[in-house]
Amino acid sequence: MEQTNANPVFRALADPTRRSLFEQLTRHGEQTVHALTTYAGVSQPAVSKHLTVLKRANLVRHRRSGRETHYRAQPNALAPMVDWLSQYGAFWRDRFDQLESLLERMEP
Amino acid sequence: MTNVSALSEQTAPNDPIAATRTLVLERHFPHPQEKLWRALTESTLLAQWLLNNDFEPTPGRKFQFRADPVPNWNGLIDCEVQLVDPITRLAYTWGSLGLESVVNWTLTPTDGGTHVRMEHSGFSADQEHAYKGANYGWQRFLNNLEYLLKGGNK
Repeated sequence: MEQTNANPVFRALADPTRRSLFEQLTRHGEQTVHALTTYAGVSQPAVSKHLTVLKRANLVRHRRSGRETHYRAQPNALAPMVDWLSQYGAFWRDRFDQLESLLERMEP
Repeated sequence: MTNVSALSEQTAPNDPIAATRTLVLERHFPHPQEKLWRALTESTLLAQWLLNNDFEPTPGRKFQFRADPVPNWNGLIDCEVQLVDPITRLAYTWGSLGLESVVNWTLTPTDGGTHVRMEHSGFSADQEHAYKGANYGWQRFLNNLEYLLKGGNK
C-alpha cells in the first residue's frame, strides 16, 4: 500500500461525519451543500469545512451553479488505498508460509 | 530456501487498453513434488494452508474458497478449475469483489525438493475493481481504526 498517497485519504475518512458525507455522495451522486447539510445534521460551515478536507484528499469535486455549490464523489481517489497487487501479495506470502508449515506436519 | 516475489506488468497483445498485471510468487520447498501436489489439490489439506473450499482437481469443476466474512465482503471467492496436469500444473479462475483473475501453479522438481511458482494474473486497472476492492479494504481499515480510537486493542 502506497503510504504517501493513501495518508490524506485515510485522514479524511477517519472522521465519521466526513465518511458519511462521502458515502452519501457515493450512493446518491451529486448534491448541493444545502442538501448535504440537511443530511449531516450539522451546521453548514461545519459541512463546508469537512467538504474541504475531502476535496484536498481528492475524494470529492465541486462545481458552482448560481448560488449553490454542488459536490460529487471521486471514488477513484480510493484506489491508492487498495492496490490489489499489494493486498494479494501480502495474502499469498502469508499463505506460502502456512503451506510451508503444513508440509512439515504432513506425512512424507 | 529462496523466496522470490516479483510483480510484472503485461499487456494483452490483442487489446492494448486492457492492460493486466500479474503477481508472481516463487519459493523453493524442501519437500518432494508429490507432496506439494497433494497440499495443492486435496481439499482438506488445501483448507489447512489456503482457505476452506470444495475444490476437486477436475477441469471445469466450479468451487468456492471461503474466507471469514468482513463488512462489505461475504468472504466468497468463486473459482473454476481450468487445468489439471498432475503433479506439475494447476490453474483455476479466482473471482471475488469484481476481480476476475486466474491463479496458475507450476511445480518443478529440484535436487533438494520442489520449486513452486504461483502466478495470479488479471489485475486490471479497471476502476470498478479498484473501487470494489477499495470498499473492502478501507472499510476494514476504518473499522479497525475506529476500534483503536475507542481504546480497544487489536
